[in-house]
Amino acid sequence: MSDPRLSVISRRLEGVGRLLAVTSGKGGVGKTVVATCMALGLRDQGFKVGLLDLDFTSPTTHILLGVEGLYPEEEYGIIPPLAHGLRYMSVTHYSLDEPVPLRGVDVSNSLIELLCITRWGELDFLVVDMPPGIGDATLDVVRLIPRLEFLLVSTPSLLAFSSVRRLIRLLKEMGCSMLGLVENMATGGGSPIKKEVEELGLPYLGSIGFDPGLEEAVGDVGRLAETHLYGEVLELARRLASASP
Amino acid sequence: MPPALMPMHEWALAEGVVATVEKHARENGLTSVSEVVVVLGELQQVDEEVLSFALENLRTPMLRETRFTFKRLKARLKCRRCGEEWDFSAEGMEEDVSEAIHFLPEMAHVYLKCPKCGSPDFEFSQGRGVWIESIRGAKDE
Repeated sequence: MSDPRLSVISRRLEGVGRLLAVTSGKGGVGKTVVATCMALGLRDQGFKVGLLDLDFTSPTTHILLGVEGLYPEEEYGIIPPLAHGLRYMSVTHYSLDEPVPLRGVDVSNSLIELLCITRWGELDFLVVDMPPGIGDATLDVVRLIPRLEFLLVSTPSLLAFSSVRRLIRLLKEMGCSMLGLVENMATGGGSPIKKEVEELGLPYLGSIGFDPGLEEAVGDVGRLAETHLYGEVLELARRLASASP
Repeated sequence: MPPALMPMHEWALAEGVVATVEKHARENGLTSVSEVVVVLGELQQVDEEVLSFALENLRTPMLRETRFTFKRLKARLKCRRCGEEWDFSAEGMEEDVSEAIHFLPEMAHVYLKCPKCGSPDFEFSQGRGVWIESIRGAKDE
């Protein structure tokens, strides 16, 4: 007759000021890196921040953060553990680094379960690392968390942007709030996508140059904070935090 | 509070049950709810005693007289690759695996395999989690 989990999802998020979903229509554009640096950047400005990795079948935020062995505390639900000052939730708390072969219906169920039982408490921001594409997870998140503000990430590649463009159209059709698009892994020269982003009515939030030093910072938050990419995302975080939702 | 009734994950599910029943009652003009039948799929291994205790503590005026009836449903799995069907059992399972499935039943795809062909690509044909089967109540005459 009825799924009891759906009725409490909005209650679980009522202590969260703003919900930022970092998303892209395409994998491999640096969405996870931007989401993680955004969460850390907001934390560095003194905000209370959570990070939710919703890329269930391919989670990687824990690798970027260099955390393992974290386990949520059980108290009237589950309390996300702290990772570098972030309230952090990932399916890897339960799956470790095993493959997570989930079909769409399983992704939906996992998402609903996690949103139902996770108690985020009081946060200024919850940053959500979205799965790529426009499948079940994206549709469910739009359905279940209407307060989300989407931050889109693309590379200058027209292949990547063609997918992102479709996602932008979909989010528009569904009446979602979009903060704008950030162009990642730019290689210099003019942006091949800026004009089109603006024609779509979306703020172009700037470009982040390809950062060859990033790979060496994976798993080390201290080194990550010294990268060029982190500096760029920190600046973006400042702008987004000062703008009203 | 006895240790077995500590505020566990079941409380979050109980809150969901209460909120859903309240919503259903409001939408259908009920002034009181006499019975709620809650199905507990065995895959999630919900502790009935803790859930019941949580529901008692979460009662709202609308649910003051409500009888909560639990029905346990065997978890049945069916392999999408070879068609094999089998019952889930937590017996002999390592505690961390059992706990992972308790919190997120889909973690079964991480730790369980089809007993016949070894595939993790199976479906839960029944008994995944907590479900409200029926709500009975009264309207003002």
